[in-house]
Amino acid sequence: MAVHIGLTQFLVVSAILFSLGLYGVITRKNAIMVLMGIELILNAANINFVAFTRYGAMNISGQVVAVFVIILAAAEAAVLLAIVLNIFQQLNTVNVDEVDNLKN
Amino acid sequence: MAQTIYQSFGYILPETVLSVFFILTLLTALVGKGRSKYLPAYTALLGFAVAGVLVFLQLGTDELVFSGMYAVDPFSWFFKIIFLVTGILIVIFSMQSRELEAVSTKYAEYYSLIISLTIGAFFMAGASNLLMMYLSLELVSISSYILSGFTKENPRADEASLKYVIYGAFSSGLMLYGISILYGLTGELNIYAFNQALASGTLPQVTILVAIVLMLAGLGYKISAVPFHFWTPDVYEGAPVTVTAFLSVTSKAAGFAMLIRFFKIGFIDVAAQPVMAGMWELFRGFNWTDIIAVLSVLTMTVGNLVALWQSNMKRLLAYSSIAHAGYILMGFVTLTDQGISAMLMYFVAYLLMNLGAFYVVMLVANKYHTEDIEGYSGLGYRSPYIAFALTVFLFSLTGIPPTFGFIGKLYLFAALIHTNYIWLAVVGVLNSVVSLYYYVKVIRNMYLVQPEDKTRVDFGFGTNLLMTILMVPNIALMLYFTPVLSWAQHSVLMFGLR
Repeated sequence: MAVHIGLTQFLVVSAILFSLGLYGVITRKNAIMVLMGIELILNAANINFVAFTRYGAMNISGQVVAVFVIILAAAEAAVLLAIVLNIFQQLNTVNVDEVDNLKN
Repeated sequence: MAQTIYQSFGYILPETVLSVFFILTLLTALVGKGRSKYLPAYTALLGFAVAGVLVFLQLGTDELVFSGMYAVDPFSWFFKIIFLVTGILIVIFSMQSRELEAVSTKYAEYYSLIISLTIGAFFMAGASNLLMMYLSLELVSISSYILSGFTKENPRADEASLKYVIYGAFSSGLMLYGISILYGLTGELNIYAFNQALASGTLPQVTILVAIVLMLAGLGYKISAVPFHFWTPDVYEGAPVTVTAFLSVTSKAAGFAMLIRFFKIGFIDVAAQPVMAGMWELFRGFNWTDIIAVLSVLTMTVGNLVALWQSNMKRLLAYSSIAHAGYILMGFVTLTDQGISAMLMYFVAYLLMNLGAFYVVMLVANKYHTEDIEGYSGLGYRSPYIAFALTVFLFSLTGIPPTFGFIGKLYLFAALIHTNYIWLAVVGVLNSVVSLYYYVKVIRNMYLVQPEDKTRVDFGFGTNLLMTILMVPNIALMLYFTPVLSWAQHSVLMFGLR
């Protein structure tokens, strides 16, 4: 029996991805892992956009947004990785909780 | 509306010019090597000046361009002037900064990033489409991540930029998820169409609630409202002073501009008469006004209370800027024309006093090599003029007459009392009293503590002149504030709302 794949299935997948991303950002200490969590959140939003365009909306603006978001995610990842690389050279760590010299 | 893409380009001339100067400033790194270290700065200043003229020519324009993506209206005009003035002042400050000399080979990148952040802020002020809002927010954010860690040999700046990029990317991710839900509900990205979809009244309230809370995460992070403020103290303390000053005005004002436009256009019931009366018309099931009021109270109280035990001047001003976000949010609670014009007026005051205070912090760091409040001991004897100027700026930040900060606060409170939010106004006044303590602590250090070394430290004519230019409006506008008031009142006009 073939399972019909509709909007709901896509939204559930996206919600799961979003929750995993949120979990990753909150629990991980490593800056790279935090970045991966953020990427999951962005991709969850992308799935939403594409699914809504496919199953609901009368326009394709959702897919346009998804393309923009992919590009922006790359730009953001590039900046974040450059900053993390620099932190590693200066402080020899990439763990977010070990970078805390600014507290009084 | 009904603008073709070709016609629309005429309306974004200032942004186009700034984009061209972004590239030109970057190119000065190739031609200007070893010739003049000020060449990129002058290029950037020229760019801001040309853009300023073009913005000025747009006075009174009220158009929606690029098929509803971008609004050129009096409201965004007001913010564009704020961004340009801030940009020019920051470039001048940066030319004097000693801290930035560590990266003197990268001046071209530095000034071009200042321009790109300003372009992003321009687009944030006018964005009337959810995609446009997200893209412009990211343009501002990515520029500011790089700027805050620009002195990359300094571990403090590195830490600032790491914290900024992680908080920033996370909250803009949440905002994007919120946008995707809004798009799914309404099938539209344009906030005018979103408004119409809301007006049909058939959308599930709980889902909208979730989406709006996610949107608030992104916007609240930009304006550093509690509970999205955790990055602010660290970033403001670690980043170079000039960048801190820039972020505290431009980035915050842009966040507020976007917040006001999104909620005002999105949630006003255009069919209701009179249009401007009650603002949260389309969201009757949920009391948004009280939520924003609580957010505002939390923001100013946390900012002011934590500022009480700060010993670093930049960190103190960071908490003070959180508190100021709380004050400005008070005007947002009412969302009436009166409240919003009070917010706009407060931004003029905030620009003058906050940039002035950061300028003094930068000068003191240049000559006295300290950012600690202890280091300000006896400043009143060693550099009397600078100390006097800082006193004026701090009084203005507290909101005591005879300064413009007082007028700004007065109008915010007046807007609250007019809409029967007396308890909120009382909390605001109490908070101002608390803030007096830590501002006066600095002033006391400058005048009542005798310095060990009593040699005079002079800052030169140019610096004193710029200081005067910043200081005089702080007092003069208290005595004659009518032009600013009428300007702010005219600027609450947004496209489609009359």
